[in-house]
Amino acid sequence: MSTDTHTHAHEETGDHAEHGMSTRGYVTIAIILALITALEVATYYVDFGPFFLPSLIIMMIAKFVIVVSYFMHLKFDNKIFSFLFYSGLVLAIGVYMAFLATFHFFIR
Amino acid sequence: MADTAHAHHTSTGLSNVKLGMWMFLGSECLLFGGLISTYLLYRGRVSEGPTPSQIFDIPFTSVSSFVLLMSSLTMVFAVSAAAAKDDRGTNLWLVVTAMLGATFVGGQVYEFTAFYNEGLGFSTSLFGSSFYTLTGFHGVHVTVGIIMLLALVAINKRSKVPGSKSETVEMLGLYWHFVDVVWIIIFTLVYLIPV
Repeated sequence: MSTDTHTHAHEETGDHAEHGMSTRGYVTIAIILALITALEVATYYVDFGPFFLPSLIIMMIAKFVIVVSYFMHLKFDNKIFSFLFYSGLVLAIGVYMAFLATFHFFIR
Repeated sequence: MADTAHAHHTSTGLSNVKLGMWMFLGSECLLFGGLISTYLLYRGRVSEGPTPSQIFDIPFTSVSSFVLLMSSLTMVFAVSAAAAKDDRGTNLWLVVTAMLGATFVGGQVYEFTAFYNEGLGFSTSLFGSSFYTLTGFHGVHVTVGIIMLLALVAINKRSKVPGSKSETVEMLGLYWHFVDVVWIIIFTLVYLIPV
């Protein structure tokens, strides 16, 4: 019974429509992601000198944040969902940076 | 907000299913974090067999990455169609997403076969072991996603999706997008940054 009420309430609100993105918006996001991917691949063929590694890392983070924020709707959803996901992510980054540092990964 | 619609049904006022899914995805960060950092540690450890730069086919992997990225767009369309109660559109976009995912997995199988033929087995070197473990785990996640997509289409056609249909599609969408963001990291750290 409670499931039925829950279902009704959820569908009545038109959850997705409230996330503030139109089809055109999603296509624009996809085009931006495709362009960043093309730039990433370009770094493999064009010499970016000292900017090679930083630019790749920045583009990777940008793509990650764009997909999580817009396609996964974290930007528009309750902040508790962001907290749950990003705490796992930050914990993982912290733990494994320490792990890699233990093996002198960053000073090779 | 949709979240407030659940306010009188859960103690948090949020969908428990969605909370559970985000918690699961947060824990998956730890799983893939471990696999990625192990690969980073071992990628230069090649006592025998080919090195990463000798076997990676960047143009091929770039196309695979693009296909997986575009499957996130089609998944968003499926979620939108489900929210609009458009069953036909939902099924169509779920199938398209599954097909794009299958194309990616097919590419991975081809890549693994090519690498094996070039002398990189699972136990050839630490690089081989960590590479196959990382990308293999990701491939399994994509495969599980494809199975869930097709199962959802089959259940949807019989109109037997339990609970909220749009929420079910949205949860599957979250899983699918997560698999995509993991590949965004793998593509950069494993393929594009040389040893």
